[in-house]
Amino acid sequence: MTLHRRDVVARLLEKRGALLLVAGLGSTAWDITAAGDSDLSFPLWGAMGQAAMIGLGLALAQPKRRVLVITGDGEMLLGLGALATIGVQQPPNLALVVIDNERYGETGMQATHTAHGVDLAAVAKACGFRSSRTFRYRKDIAKLRGDIHRRTGPLFAAIKVMEETLPLVLPPHDGVMLKTRFRRALLGNVRERGTKVPPQTPS
Amino acid sequence: MPSRGWADEVHQELTAGGVRVVGYVPDAGHKRLIERCHADRKMRVVPLTTEEEGIGLAAGAWLGGERSVLLMQSSGVGNIINVLGMVQVCRFPLVMVVTMRGEAGEFNPWQVPMGEATARVLEAMGVTVRRVDAAEQIAPLARQSLRSAFEENSSQAILVAQRVIGIKSFQEQRSQ
Repeated sequence: MTLHRRDVVARLLEKRGALLLVAGLGSTAWDITAAGDSDLSFPLWGAMGQAAMIGLGLALAQPKRRVLVITGDGEMLLGLGALATIGVQQPPNLALVVIDNERYGETGMQATHTAHGVDLAAVAKACGFRSSRTFRYRKDIAKLRGDIHRRTGPLFAAIKVMEETLPLVLPPHDGVMLKTRFRRALLGNVRERGTKVPPQTPS
Repeated sequence: MPSRGWADEVHQELTAGGVRVVGYVPDAGHKRLIERCHADRKMRVVPLTTEEEGIGLAAGAWLGGERSVLLMQSSGVGNIINVLGMVQVCRFPLVMVVTMRGEAGEFNPWQVPMGEATARVLEAMGVTVRRVDAAEQIAPLARQSLRSAFEENSSQAILVAQRVIGIKSFQEQRSQ
């Protein structure tokens, strides 16, 4: 494997525009923060296994916006059933990208199931994702970025990356702040009752 | 059918409360409510492989500006414990309607331990638990729980007593 995860994530998030982003806990949360924090990013610090489902809820609530979930192989494996649930719902605006280093990066680099040949893209395909592939080369990343913004989903990509121990780039960890800034940026002035007001025009 | 009345009333409360997303792992006691929600074109109904997914779904829907509710039986409460940590830390609004198993009249002894622990487990994770023992109390409580959750960013569980559902055998469960 030759790809560097920070480079991959930074390239996927280039010109992200109005993209709504959820990142799984651990390395992928640090990766998206290294690429540049945003009010429209929701990095997780817990709830392992739920990144994809948070993406589904967001995609259903915001059918006119594109939603990207970036998570790790360990996080995805913990909530594998979400692939089946998303396959049933067929959200056209949801893309799920697994940054797959075949390791639990935060706990001592133990091998995950993908190190033993478990094929997440094949699982996603079997669950009904419209597009599902494994990527290994840098030249493919730009096309994947285009697909995330334009192609009818649900879309799944596993990107094989090197096992690296990188400097921590931590996002804010106040959960209420992360939630509130996301909703404010997406929904505008949310009234106290929580009802939706017209969203801001994407810039 | 004993459950029809309350299920229709709760569906009305969900509609009045602006709920547009419904996640569930089925329980025989929820059969009628699940059917009502599926038949409602204004609701996006999401069957889940595990109750835990419903917490992620609810959080994501709220980030996107939609209200949701989660339907499950008491055994499913055991599957959501860790992710309730996110609900508490982020103060995500959450409404769960939980049909109880393992109570008086239970025909499957393997349901009893989780049924007995359900309320304590939820309370340990910061969820407000309200129990109902009569069908006519469920809809008013649903209204109150929706208001508390979505106006105060709190997590609420309604536990529907097994005797309200009234299933006492595997045969009855199938014919519900």
